[in-house]
Amino acid sequence: MSALLEITDLSIAFDGHTKVVDQLSLSLNPAETLALVGESGSGKSVSALSILRLLDERHVRYPSGAIRFEGEDLLRVPEKRLRQLRGRRISMIFQEPMTSLNPLHTVEKQIGETLALHKGLRGPQARQRCIELLDLVGIAEPETRLSSYPHQLSGGQKQRVMIAMALANEPDILIADEPTTALDVTVQKQVLELLAELQRKFKMAVLLITHDLSIVRRYADRVAVLERGVLVEQGETGVLFTQPQHPYTRRLLGAEPPAAPPESPAASEQPLLQVEGLNVHFVTGKTLLGRTKSTFHAVQDVSFSLPRGQTLGIVGESGSGKTTIGHALLKLTPSQGAVQIAGERLDQLDQRAFRPYRQRIQIVFQDPFGSLSPRMSISQIIGEGLEIHHPGPPQDHEAKVVQALQDVGLDPEARHRYPHEFSGGQRQRIAIARALVLQPEIIVLDEPTSALDRTVQIQVIELLRDLQQRYGLSYLFISHDLAVVRALSHKLLVLRRGQVVECGDAGRVFSAPQSPYTRELLSAALFYQNTSHKKPNQLP
Amino acid sequence: MRMAMLSPIQRRRLTNFRRNRRGYWSLWAFILLFGLSLIAELIANDSPLLVSYQGTLYAPVVQSIPEDTFGGFLPTETDYRDPFIQEQIEADGWMLWPPIRFSYNTINYQLEVPSPAPPSAENWLGTDDQGRDVAARVIYGFRISVLFGLTLTFFSCIVGVAVGAIQGFYGGKIDLVGQRFLEVWSGLPVLYLLIILSSVVQPNFWWLLGIMLLFSWMGLVDVVRAEFLRARNFEYVRAARALGLSNRLIMFRHILPNAMVATLTFLPFILSGAITGLTSLDFLGFGLPSGSPSLGELIAQGKANLHAPWLGVSAFVSLALMLTLLVFIGEAVRDAFDPRKN
Repeated sequence: MSALLEITDLSIAFDGHTKVVDQLSLSLNPAETLALVGESGSGKSVSALSILRLLDERHVRYPSGAIRFEGEDLLRVPEKRLRQLRGRRISMIFQEPMTSLNPLHTVEKQIGETLALHKGLRGPQARQRCIELLDLVGIAEPETRLSSYPHQLSGGQKQRVMIAMALANEPDILIADEPTTALDVTVQKQVLELLAELQRKFKMAVLLITHDLSIVRRYADRVAVLERGVLVEQGETGVLFTQPQHPYTRRLLGAEPPAAPPESPAASEQPLLQVEGLNVHFVTGKTLLGRTKSTFHAVQDVSFSLPRGQTLGIVGESGSGKTTIGHALLKLTPSQGAVQIAGERLDQLDQRAFRPYRQRIQIVFQDPFGSLSPRMSISQIIGEGLEIHHPGPPQDHEAKVVQALQDVGLDPEARHRYPHEFSGGQRQRIAIARALVLQPEIIVLDEPTSALDRTVQIQVIELLRDLQQRYGLSYLFISHDLAVVRALSHKLLVLRRGQVVECGDAGRVFSAPQSPYTRELLSAALFYQNTSHKKPNQLP
Repeated sequence: MRMAMLSPIQRRRLTNFRRNRRGYWSLWAFILLFGLSLIAELIANDSPLLVSYQGTLYAPVVQSIPEDTFGGFLPTETDYRDPFIQEQIEADGWMLWPPIRFSYNTINYQLEVPSPAPPSAENWLGTDDQGRDVAARVIYGFRISVLFGLTLTFFSCIVGVAVGAIQGFYGGKIDLVGQRFLEVWSGLPVLYLLIILSSVVQPNFWWLLGIMLLFSWMGLVDVVRAEFLRARNFEYVRAARALGLSNRLIMFRHILPNAMVATLTFLPFILSGAITGLTSLDFLGFGLPSGSPSLGELIAQGKANLHAPWLGVSAFVSLALMLTLLVFIGEAVRDAFDPRKN
């Protein structure tokens, strides 16, 4: 079988920098799925974008190599020829469905654009084809969806529209660049199953770029592993997963969070944090006179308690109100309902009266790139809370900052540097140090690992477990990633649309979920882990 | 030694500033010119710097000496340009003159041609139509323009940033009312108001400053407000609130630095706007009291005396030089505060 796409010795460099991809050789056969895996910064996406020459040509250089598509070297064909191939023979799905659709165009217009371009379809014919495509990707009532704008669709629907656009001209190759990273687990599963089914139907070759190995195991025929732009290993999926040769592959494969939280001290009779009947409303519309017309009930009657030294995991899909609960506890969002820390009512305090309590309850945010002020040094960032809560001489603060940095496993000398000099994992450690330096009793962890690579996630989880044991901290761990939640949580709260679906000991919820929604969530999340290397999309 | 005392961020800003060669040299050129203009009394003056007469030393620049000290007839301030007095002093001592022997309001009565007189060894840039030395007036005019511009910019910044910060940070009704007020206020015909106001009061430096300040602060509000509106939902601002920082500290420490680049980018424009504002008022005759050294008045004279190009050219060159230097410096400052440059 001759390869459909043949990449030989491809090197890519951006001006003035070292090569981001070095001597990459890959081949993609018709109707097969090749997965390109690696951590962020390993050159996966750059390699994929280079196939259609979508990288900014003003800055990119290709020092060596060739990309042959049916014998034609794409690196050397004129732009005009490339435009004929793009979207027609080779299509692409991007990672971020929120930004890869034009917000000002309707679904029909966006799908119709590629139809008109390559097939010359217009008017009723194009409309008919759009409906077919939307139907194909599993969008209910496609006729009514034609005139929708992207903001009227959910994340999963947007990704389906993207897929419909990519498939519009029945391409030979589909490049899927992290197609499901931005989606919820249940949606993720649906989209991937859809892709696999469509691949069978059209006999497309798929280049799947992902950092999620469980997806790879389920859907790929072959796997290529990239480490810092160098191809370290490639092979059949089954072989690679059972007998990884390269140490980097082994490290990637071994990166599974522990399956249970560490032992916790026996819960005392009085919980440290007690929440009863928490409600959060957002005003979504106002009349001309400023009277509230409509509200969105983001959190409805949520109650839970958190014992000292333990972790309560809050899970749910996006929009379920997990983050809002965290913000409400810290009074970053107005809320109603009783909140007690060690028996003291906090919910009736105003911002000023609440300020002393902020030292006891701290938060770590999801995005380590956004939560650190870019213009302050690490020492200023970490020491800022100390100035408020422990006014004292600068030397004392310095010593505490150094201690906090050591606690999170960073070099104390790092305090003189600025956030942009650190990687995502290091930044998240800094964010944890900022919370830790105040010696809080409770830390709200709002998706602290979701922006990180799996191997880095595990390090952060280890760090959190270690800190909990050392300082007897209580965590409120908010996440959509059940594998991570399982590694930390003693208790679990499952949320759906602002309401508690299930609440109880983590072990029990994981092993014997009571509500159907929890079962669905668990099966979607753990779906890939439980499947064997058997390929479901093997051609008959 | 000096570098060792600065914090790393300041050191990096300094390096970035220096890296913009054009701005760096502009700053030195500007400091030199401004420094020289600050000691304008020692460069262009109608009194000598030092007088030795009958063995006694006098410093007429800083002290007032009656004419009869030097053998004159009147007990009033000495006119050192009077040939009679000069003779008296030269006969029994000496005088040390500044390089330009005219102050901004000194009238040269000994012109050999009718004023405006063309450039000569005595009047380097010629005289204006009242026989006053143009070089001296340019030096004093430069000083007053820069001082006016800097003061106005300083106060405009304080008011503009404060208003923009409050509007952007609190949003809602405060923002709504503020924006409507700004719309009305910026709709006022500024020049007419200035003309009316300056006909009601006798304008001097501070009056003009106050009147122009009433309107000049608005330019900054929009950029600062936009920056605050954007930044108040940033995660690190939320993180700061979770740490227990007060609103004021959050605004100052976390959001203002974001707005600083926008503000600093605007500064050269405000500064040059202030200078041109003052110049145009002077040009129209509604500015500083008559007789004050001002570049605007010099331009007006140049326009009235097209046959004396040295008037217009001097005013143009000095204005252009000043504004160009300021903009170059402003660019370098903006580079220095940009955290993404390293």
